[in-house]
Amino acid sequence: MGVEGIGASVARKEDKRFITGKGRYTDDMIVPGMKHAAFVRSPHAHAKIRGIDKSEALAMPGVIDILDGKQLTADAIGNIICGWMIHSKDGSPMNMGVWRPLAEDTVRYVGDAVAIVVADTKAQAREAAEAVAVDYEELAAVTEAVAALKDGAPQIHPEAANNQIFDWEIGSSADVDAAIANAAHVTELDVVNNRLVPNAIEPRAALGLYNAAEDHYTCWTTSQNPHVARLVMSAFYNVAPENKLRVIAPDVGGGFGSKIYIYPEEIVCLWASKCTGVPVKWNCDRTEAFLTDAHGRDHVSNIKIAFDADHRITGLKVDTIANLGAYMSLFSSSVPTYLYATLLSGQYNIANIHANVRTVYTNTTPVDAYRGAGRPEASFLIERAMETAARELGVSPADLRRKNFIREFPHETPVIMTYDGGNFDAPLDAAMKASDYDGFPARKAEAAGRGKLRGIGMSCYIEACGIAPSQAVGALGAGVGLWESAEVRVNAVGTIEVLTGSHSHGQGHETTFAQLVAERLGVGIDTVNIVHGDTDKVQMGMGTYGSRSGAVGMSAISVALDKVEAKAKKVAAHLLEADESDIVIEGGELKVAGTDKSVPWFQLALACYTAHNLPEGMEPGLKESAFFDPSNFSFPSGCYICEVEVDPDTGKTDIVQFVAADDFGTIINPMIVDGQVHGGVAQGIGQALLEGCVYDPDTGQLLTASYMDYTMPRADDLPSFSVLTTKTESPSNPLGLKGCGEAGAIGSPPAVINAITDAIGNNNVPMPASPQTVWAALKA
Amino acid sequence: MYETNYHRASSVAEAASLVSGSDDGKLLSGGQTLIPTMKQRLASPSDVVDLRHIAELKGITVSGSNVKIGAGTTHAEVAQSAEINGVCPALCGLAAHIGDPHVRNMGTIGGSIANNDPAADYPAAMVALEATIHTNSRDISAADFFVGLFETALGDNEIVTAVSFDAPSRAAYQKFPNPASRYAMAGVFVARGSSGTRVGVTGAGSDGVFRASDMEAALDANFSAGSLESINVDPSAMLADMHGSAEYRANLVKVMARRAVEAAA
Repeated sequence: MGVEGIGASVARKEDKRFITGKGRYTDDMIVPGMKHAAFVRSPHAHAKIRGIDKSEALAMPGVIDILDGKQLTADAIGNIICGWMIHSKDGSPMNMGVWRPLAEDTVRYVGDAVAIVVADTKAQAREAAEAVAVDYEELAAVTEAVAALKDGAPQIHPEAANNQIFDWEIGSSADVDAAIANAAHVTELDVVNNRLVPNAIEPRAALGLYNAAEDHYTCWTTSQNPHVARLVMSAFYNVAPENKLRVIAPDVGGGFGSKIYIYPEEIVCLWASKCTGVPVKWNCDRTEAFLTDAHGRDHVSNIKIAFDADHRITGLKVDTIANLGAYMSLFSSSVPTYLYATLLSGQYNIANIHANVRTVYTNTTPVDAYRGAGRPEASFLIERAMETAARELGVSPADLRRKNFIREFPHETPVIMTYDGGNFDAPLDAAMKASDYDGFPARKAEAAGRGKLRGIGMSCYIEACGIAPSQAVGALGAGVGLWESAEVRVNAVGTIEVLTGSHSHGQGHETTFAQLVAERLGVGIDTVNIVHGDTDKVQMGMGTYGSRSGAVGMSAISVALDKVEAKAKKVAAHLLEADESDIVIEGGELKVAGTDKSVPWFQLALACYTAHNLPEGMEPGLKESAFFDPSNFSFPSGCYICEVEVDPDTGKTDIVQFVAADDFGTIINPMIVDGQVHGGVAQGIGQALLEGCVYDPDTGQLLTASYMDYTMPRADDLPSFSVLTTKTESPSNPLGLKGCGEAGAIGSPPAVINAITDAIGNNNVPMPASPQTVWAALKA
Repeated sequence: MYETNYHRASSVAEAASLVSGSDDGKLLSGGQTLIPTMKQRLASPSDVVDLRHIAELKGITVSGSNVKIGAGTTHAEVAQSAEINGVCPALCGLAAHIGDPHVRNMGTIGGSIANNDPAADYPAAMVALEATIHTNSRDISAADFFVGLFETALGDNEIVTAVSFDAPSRAAYQKFPNPASRYAMAGVFVARGSSGTRVGVTGAGSDGVFRASDMEAALDANFSAGSLESINVDPSAMLADMHGSAEYRANLVKVMARRAVEAAA
């Protein structure tokens, strides 16, 4: 390892511009003639649109035009689609309703876009939007998935009878039922996984620019995957063909999944720019973000887990109802199916697993992937059930887990995943030691003396990351491949540009990707520039989500570097009159091994570009590209231990200790990995203790539409985390990376709830475990 | 935010004249409620009259046990006042836990009590300290000043200029914050002075701040946390929302009262 190579905690190159306020975000973009947009949004959860009267608004100062859904349809702009086909267990395809970028005849959630106002200033656009008179005929609304499935519930899309989108299963129901019937012990739990609002620090924004002279569109947008945005807007939404559409995702202030999807606003801003002849910018305020950013989670589940007399798991059965909101967002169907039920084996050797998942339309904001995406829901079920089972069986939670750990790899689960490696004992042992697990009884007694109820809980999670092998996801219904691309350009004097299809919106790619180049070529990270986020600069790429940028994105860079090195060695061998196999690259030089002959990297690069003296027949230049498709998912795993103190008078929970032990495989920058774990655990604790998205079940109004009511985690809600790692390398990519972006959010909620239920002696504590909720559970 | 006309007043008289001369004018003190409300387009005053630059609204005076605080005094200034801390540290502690540093350095005691948010902290202290609210036209006892949710005895264009009170021999404030907004879900100010014990409760009552007279009687008989054990707080008089049911708030009032007595003892 060099001082800036793999394993070095170098400071993040991008932070200088971020912490000095010099980042360039979509809303910072200003183009000549630019005007401002505001959306007219439905105030009702469910209503027919009888008519739209724009006359008063059109006459207001500064208003350029107001465009509605009828005009959008007349211009043949397409429906917003879900890109992952799921079939019900009867073989029928999912029942996808129509999602128009501007609602034409029906609105289906509070915030549904109805029209766009373009005006000289943002204030004028907003005032005119309030003056657009939409004549609504209110319809009955339903916000909860279980209620929406019932006979007589309001019907949201004609395509989905009883609001059911699909009824899907995985595994053998008969085998699991037999295992449960023959079990020595069955633990059963009803579990709600609470709906969350993503709350990236930068609200979404879009700037659409149509250039009539070139018949060309440019879209600046807050996207985690600008190429996917271009592909979808071109292939499905009929905005413009790919060669006429440039999508730029500049600095983006966090996404957590919510900026994967292509939303109505960027489509409509591009279209409106063509209609009005002016560039159109929109950015949303925080309340609009609460209403329209795709939400996460929202599952209602039952889990049964069967044990034999020796406490080995013999079967696991899950029944889940998942709320997908008013429309099917881009990857919404994959989250409660292949990103969820395929992880229900956890870290355990379970011969029989069956999961049934029904997905449901409701009059709420669309639900899609949010940090962890399906895997937190799976992990929460298994790890709550394992802790509960240990209590029921009267054995230690750690021993019950150890008894059932998978220890031979590869291991094929009954839910189609093949775990290709891991060592589940190592993080469990490390976390127990770091938390002084054995010393807990003394700490509990001491806390009792202070009137506090102290509890401890653990969670042993596994997740599938490095998303994903293209052929495998294609077979499961994905509309895209999930490889990644890279191009390494060595400039004439040896500086390097790496063009990547990954997109950094907080992850620190400009540092970690440069560290890989530094490791391989022996150059400093300051000589390496990472280029991303612009479809005109970077070759096709798939973007960043699913903890894939290291395992897939960096692997593509690694393969491109292989090619660069191979050519560089050929040239060096020629220049140094040595055999190619004797050339080694180190310290910024290409050397003939065992001699003092060498050529500095910059001279070699120059030689490639002057082309005065290259091997016979070799092309000039030094630039290589690669597309990398992983052979499998990667499988980060770990053990989290949480210790809490509950105030019995108020129900308030304080987290007094939190230990995270993760196996992420190879780690490029330990400081950045620590930061990812801190952020993920903060979000997981947020889900467990604080964050709950609440709709009024009668009116469908979002009651938690600001920070006055939606409890975002704050620094004083969180303890100082103890973060450590163990290591088994992933065999599915050349660097052995597993990914770390989602682990914290996946592993922590069950650890927190296991600790609270241990503290209060009542196993029924829903999330978020707010003071009121815990107080009520104490009294129950 | 809707368009509005901004006026910077340099005296209380000018402010009163400006606000009375406007269509639908609002007084701006620290702006910690008004400005966010305007930004969310939930308020659209025709005129905003800024009180923040009026010298006569500033300042803290302590003479003997009498404390007078200008309406334009920020929460941070109260929190850090050595003079107030010398006679009534509980009020400094209350001010030190309002909102966050931004709120404390902008928000004012006059703005807080004039707004009378049912979850604000100061009203509990004002009623428990039996404070006098001074305005540009009269003096009002705290008991008469706080009328209901966001309602006070202030007339149109009447401006709070100061509050004053006699420091009690013992006092303490304990609050349980709403986990999201951090406003009080139950805040109890207990003061023991020459005329007896006073218990002010904020955040919980369905009519806003109130005095818990049964607690006061019990504490007058025996100033100890234990003497509150037999008190029942009636849930039917409590606020209820998603963060706290009436039963939960009733429990919190009792718990916070007990802790305030322990802290004051």
